[in-house]
Amino acid sequence: MRFFRIIWDGITKENQVFKAALGLCPTLAVSTSVENAIGMGVAATLVLIGSNFVVSLIRNWVPKQVRIPIFIVVIATFVTAVDLTMHAYFPALHEKLGIFVPLIVVNCIILGRAEAFASKNNPFYSIADGIGIGIGFMLGLMLLATFREVLGAGTFLGKSLGIKEPALIMILPPGAFLTIGFLMAFFNWAGGDK
Amino acid sequence: MRIPYNLEERFKVSSSPHVRKSWTVRSVMLDVLIALIPAVLASWYFFGIRAMLVELVCVLAAVLSEAIVQYLFFEKVTVDDLSAVVTGLLLAMCLPPSLPLWIAAVGSIVAIIIGKQVFGGLGNNPFNPAHVGRAVLLASWPVYMTTWMVPTKPGTSQWLGTDIVTSATPLGMLKESGYNWAVVAKKVSLWDLWIGNVGGSLGETSAIAILIGGLYLLWRGVITWHIPVTYLGTVFLLSLIFEGPAKHIADAVVYPPLFHLAAGGLMIGAWFMATDMVTTPLSKGGRIAFGIGAGVLVFLIRKFGGYPEGVCYSILIMNAFTPLLDRIFKPKTFGEVTQG
Repeated sequence: MRFFRIIWDGITKENQVFKAALGLCPTLAVSTSVENAIGMGVAATLVLIGSNFVVSLIRNWVPKQVRIPIFIVVIATFVTAVDLTMHAYFPALHEKLGIFVPLIVVNCIILGRAEAFASKNNPFYSIADGIGIGIGFMLGLMLLATFREVLGAGTFLGKSLGIKEPALIMILPPGAFLTIGFLMAFFNWAGGDK
Repeated sequence: MRIPYNLEERFKVSSSPHVRKSWTVRSVMLDVLIALIPAVLASWYFFGIRAMLVELVCVLAAVLSEAIVQYLFFEKVTVDDLSAVVTGLLLAMCLPPSLPLWIAAVGSIVAIIIGKQVFGGLGNNPFNPAHVGRAVLLASWPVYMTTWMVPTKPGTSQWLGTDIVTSATPLGMLKESGYNWAVVAKKVSLWDLWIGNVGGSLGETSAIAILIGGLYLLWRGVITWHIPVTYLGTVFLLSLIFEGPAKHIADAVVYPPLFHLAAGGLMIGAWFMATDMVTTPLSKGGRIAFGIGAGVLVFLIRKFGGYPEGVCYSILIMNAFTPLLDRIFKPKTFGEVTQG
């Protein structure tokens, strides 16, 4: 069924982190721990589903010339909702993610999907795309964060793994670039596609 | 028509270059290793068994990781060109003697894999591999990387590595005292500094031993004078001008510049790291600009930066400028006319 096909493609073939290399700013910045990665991934997924659905609903009434500002307004609405919800129910996580939750507004993955998918497909498939791309983004973040947290802090989801002297550099910015470089190289090699 | 004899055999026909030198990667690397002998001996004298262990582990880890990576990626294993040995030994020269050996091994692996092999091996790396290794270690294990062993004499228990006394490096003392030369001059004599009888990295401390090796490389033609002279000269001039005559010490005018030259990693950086053929400019103009730039950076980091020493970063930063310098100082094509 096409609905599940779109979800699967969003996680694999169209994985925004490893295949399209989009949204790298939040990816690199919040992947210092798996907990942050899950929080960020869930927030982005919720925004994606919502914004894809609404953009798809209004796609025939939006004038071409002003579509980007209109998409941004839609996205900002959902981001604000998610931001306030997180602040209310998960204040600690919200504190840690800080500016990166409001910054989802300008995350190029979300605007990219609105432009490339939701404005051309019906709401049903757009939701599928939001789910797939969102899960793909979250898995990418979690994979990156797993390597960085285990090697850089010696913990996984905050639990100590008994690593005595972790390599601090992995949770510093250079570690993010090193990890994503190796992961992308691995996926390009494993995927075998040009 | 029949050619009376085989011309191909009488005359070798080939395209340029026609003038060849018997230089190979191996012979150049061998020269660098020979040039490092005085510094290595100095490190054995002052730091004993620990120095030998750190050097051994670094070289072994570098050679092994190069061989394993090349084997895994179905490439020709080129460890016999000695470049991995040089990288490992140069990294060891920039590490503190009391460093845990597994950290030294990690440094070598990072230097070879992330510093060199991911870019495609020898000749393709934009940054000096040994300094990449050191920078990663400094960011990862800052405490170990800034714990310095006091130099000793052969035969003592510290020389044998059974117990270790630590102290600050001369540059560390200078930074801590807020650039108060009078405090530092009381603790560190210029003689100790140049001979290497101070705390610091394995090969960084004995300026004279490094200088001998550097002059050997210069004599062999492996390096040119441009980078070391401009690099050291810039630091010398800047410290002569901006440190001024230091107050309350005897040799007020010469102490600061001579201190800056011999302290920390400047000597080994200038002679061995900044002259790396792969990561530094090819043209004379580019090399002079490289040396001056690196010298200014060292002085700025030492004087105003957060770290007491800036040689490693100065060379890495100038490595990043190397392609640009090569473009700016491109030699003229033969027959090219300058447009008025």
